[in-house]
Amino acid sequence: MEQKTKIHAEDGKQELTITRSFDLPVDLLFIAYTDPEIVEQWMGTKVIKLENKNHGGYQFETTDPMGNKHLFSGCIHEIIENNSIIRTFEMNNTPFPVQLEYLQFEAVTDNTSLLTMHVIYKSVAIRDQILKLPFAQGINMAHNRIQEIQSKI
Amino acid sequence: MNLRRDVFQAISDPTRRAILLLVASQAMSAGAIAANFDTARPTVSRHLHILTECELLTQEQNGREIFYQTNIIKMKAIADFIEPFRQMWDERFNKLEDIMKKHPRKK
Repeated sequence: MEQKTKIHAEDGKQELTITRSFDLPVDLLFIAYTDPEIVEQWMGTKVIKLENKNHGGYQFETTDPMGNKHLFSGCIHEIIENNSIIRTFEMNNTPFPVQLEYLQFEAVTDNTSLLTMHVIYKSVAIRDQILKLPFAQGINMAHNRIQEIQSKI
Repeated sequence: MNLRRDVFQAISDPTRRAILLLVASQAMSAGAIAANFDTARPTVSRHLHILTECELLTQEQNGREIFYQTNIIKMKAIADFIEPFRQMWDERFNKLEDIMKKHPRKK
């Protein structure tokens, strides 16, 4: 079966591309990125700030099962409705540097669309570390009973 | 090709990913691995079996116990763990799609 979400990450490069096809019209896909309430639902984060305008900023906050709060933020460099978002992204209070994200929203048909996320990292090493993050999260689950129980609530 | 798909299936499970990380630094016995999990011992054994079958783990007899360690070559073959990253995004995007399918379209 063809995968709907694809990652293209070449060896030794400090960038990667995420592509995803959606059974959604492009305007609905764009709303999912710009309506704070909807962002909260699918990203699983609290939206503190989301300024959908050129030179705007955004700030998200997640609370892990241990009750620790994690902030994510960045600047929206340019936003064009139903077309593109150029923004930076940073995981605050982590050693990971800012990354640059080019989001392209394209209508394929009236009811289908394609999202292309081109992400550029500070270095090859940083990109590879971030790629391994979801993998590392597995270990927390294994090591912490409380965390495991709470995440199911 | 088929084997490759098996490897991805093997690492699609969070417990199995955690097992791989656990034994990444040192070879461990099944008992020692199971002690790190809340899951029942037979479940952990089943995970170890799957990981061994697709050659992500190798077994080594040490006295009465079998020790497990990661197969570095095979681990390299799974493209530096891109698959969990892909699945994380896939899950998010699936959620996005589900939510937006129920969303009234402004026209």
